[in-house]
Amino acid sequence: MVIDILISALLVIGGVFGLVGSYGLVKLPDLMTRLHAPTKSSTLGVGGVLVASMLMGIVAGDLSWHELLITLFLFLTAPITCNFIAKAWIARNLTPQDLPPTGTPRNWATLDLTEEPVLPALTPPGQPGRPS
Amino acid sequence: MILDYALGFAFVCFGLGLLICLWRVVFAPSIPDRVLALDTMVVNMIALLVLYGMYYGTGIYFEAAMLFAMTGFVSSVAYAKFILRGDIIE
Repeated sequence: MVIDILISALLVIGGVFGLVGSYGLVKLPDLMTRLHAPTKSSTLGVGGVLVASMLMGIVAGDLSWHELLITLFLFLTAPITCNFIAKAWIARNLTPQDLPPTGTPRNWATLDLTEEPVLPALTPPGQPGRPS
Repeated sequence: MILDYALGFAFVCFGLGLLICLWRVVFAPSIPDRVLALDTMVVNMIALLVLYGMYYGTGIYFEAAMLFAMTGFVSSVAYAKFILRGDIIE
């Protein structure tokens, strides 16, 4: 009975956090703030549901570790996606004057669209040492 | 008993979140917003699959949820990379 209440509380908390994450996607004013809603709140909501699922497995008698694996993948991949979307937004909306100086001769890598030469330089074709 | 109500509540919450994300994909102010909404749809879908597995008491849906969690972010990263550089694999 106690574990039922615990599972129910986790499910309700997870559902509320998931809904807040999706609602924040619509409500918040600017893309950089909007990135916070899904990456933090929704991930936490899914985490709550997964912990509830693990507890339910304990009640049923077979504890499975798949849920922890799903949580691990989500916690690893959400920041990567967030970082890439933020970089895309910077590349589309900002100029180098809007950003703080890097302190090196190079510009911000996100805004630097030039092709860099490969170092050390490849052996030109026809020379010894070139594989093809 | 209480578990059924909680499961129903969680289903409603994540389903509503999925609908909000779908609305956001259709009426988005900018392209990165669309990618973000699609990524949130993947997260909500994982939660719905896990809840479905809990409701029917089978472990099959966890495999599907794990596949979603493993591969769902690849498409978002590919979209963001395409917006960023105009190319995916340089």
